Amino acid sequence: MAPTDPISQFNIYTLFSFGTVGADENGANGFELVFTNSALFMVASVVLISSYLILSTRGRGLVPSRVQLVSEIMYEFIANMVRTSAGNEGMAFFPLVFSLFAFIFVANMLGMYPYFFAVTSQIIITAALALLVMGVVIFYGVWKHGFGFLKLFVPSGIPLPIMFIVVPIEVLSFLSRPLSLSLRLFGNILAGHIVLKVFAGFVVSLSALGALGMVGSVLPFVMAVALTGLKLLVSALQAYVFAILTSIYLNDAIHPGH
Amino acid sequence: MASDTLTDTKVVGENADDPTIVVENGEVVDTEPKADTYAQTQADPYGQEDSVFPPFDSTTFGAQLFWIALTFGILYIIMSKVALPRIGEILEVRRDRIEGDLAEAERLRQKTDRAIETYKTELADARAKSHGIADETRNKIKSQMDEKRREVEADLARQIASAETRILKTKTDALSNVDQIAAETAVALVGKLTGKVSIKTARVAVNAVVKE
Repeated sequence: MAPTDPISQFNIYTLFSFGTVGADENGANGFELVFTNSALFMVASVVLISSYLILSTRGRGLVPSRVQLVSEIMYEFIANMVRTSAGNEGMAFFPLVFSLFAFIFVANMLGMYPYFFAVTSQIIITAALALLVMGVVIFYGVWKHGFGFLKLFVPSGIPLPIMFIVVPIEVLSFLSRPLSLSLRLFGNILAGHIVLKVFAGFVVSLSALGALGMVGSVLPFVMAVALTGLKLLVSALQAYVFAILTSIYLNDAIHPGH
Repeated sequence: MASDTLTDTKVVGENADDPTIVVENGEVVDTEPKADTYAQTQADPYGQEDSVFPPFDSTTFGAQLFWIALTFGILYIIMSKVALPRIGEILEVRRDRIEGDLAEAERLRQKTDRAIETYKTELADARAKSHGIADETRNKIKSQMDEKRREVEADLARQIASAETRILKTKTDALSNVDQIAAETAVALVGKLTGKVSIKTARVAVNAVVKE
């Protein structure tokens, strides 16, 4: 019988180990490089995205086939998003935004498959992606504008006394960006999986109670089906939100003056 | 199923940061540290201090960071070097082709327009020319007719004039002959009545009578 515990789906377990590096003579305190189920689904996402995009465009059809059209629509969707949010200069970051969108989208969708692992339900993954974005924003902003990047915190056309209030708020909002970016994705995927598992678990435990339980399990079953639809929407939407926020933050790095 | 895997494989999520374990590290690590924490995890997955909510288990962070860096890095390289340039190229080729076709269509359309324009101007020219020729012919014919008429009229006028002069001459001749005849008649009459009279006297007398 399937487990009804909603937490075990996030467990990370080792598939095989590449050995430990940097361990002391006791074999402790080292970094053991392990290939986990989480890593497996990261690799699966990357393989899936890359092979689909490359194989679907192999024909380079002037009139696109259906599979090629999907790749082209995805390309144009992200390209338009980056262009409208960050301008033509922002197109330098198009591969980054596209990779983020594709990775999060495919990882979310893979996570929707029963018994598959949702990579984006790991806060370390979403935090890494969010910090990557903020790192690129800060690095590019400082490299391009130097101290001018600090204009980001100083909205133009505001009298000096109000500056003392506005600037700390701006700084705070900038600092909270990686936090909200990573927690939004993490929270949505995690909560969705837990709720789905709880309702699916009700179906299993109620069915075990006999005929009456089976009748009672119809309601959570309907809920589980409805939640699956909702979670598919959320999975796509969160990838979109992550990508468009990345574009907007990159726009700040390119044009720091408000 | 997931709990089966939990028993089959060792959980990476031992809490290395936990101070109680760190204290124990000396003894426990020497014997069998993995098995020890593994057993604890199995005994009670919840409630134990070394069992944490999996996403917050910091012992898995290192490996996950490694794999996200590696996989996302590879994805970024494949996207930026292979996949996206290829799709971009396909779209650009298509855009160029469409623009080229549209430009060609526009060029052909302009050519057609020019041909129509030329046709129209030539038609108008031909019309104007034919009008001109017709006018010219009409004028020529008219002038010729006018000239002929004038000639005829002039000829008629001349003939009338000469006829008139001839009539006038005949008339004057006739009139002058009348005097002569009158005088001769007068001589004859007077001779029959009175005797001889000279023609000269008769004429003077006739003239005097005519003058009256």
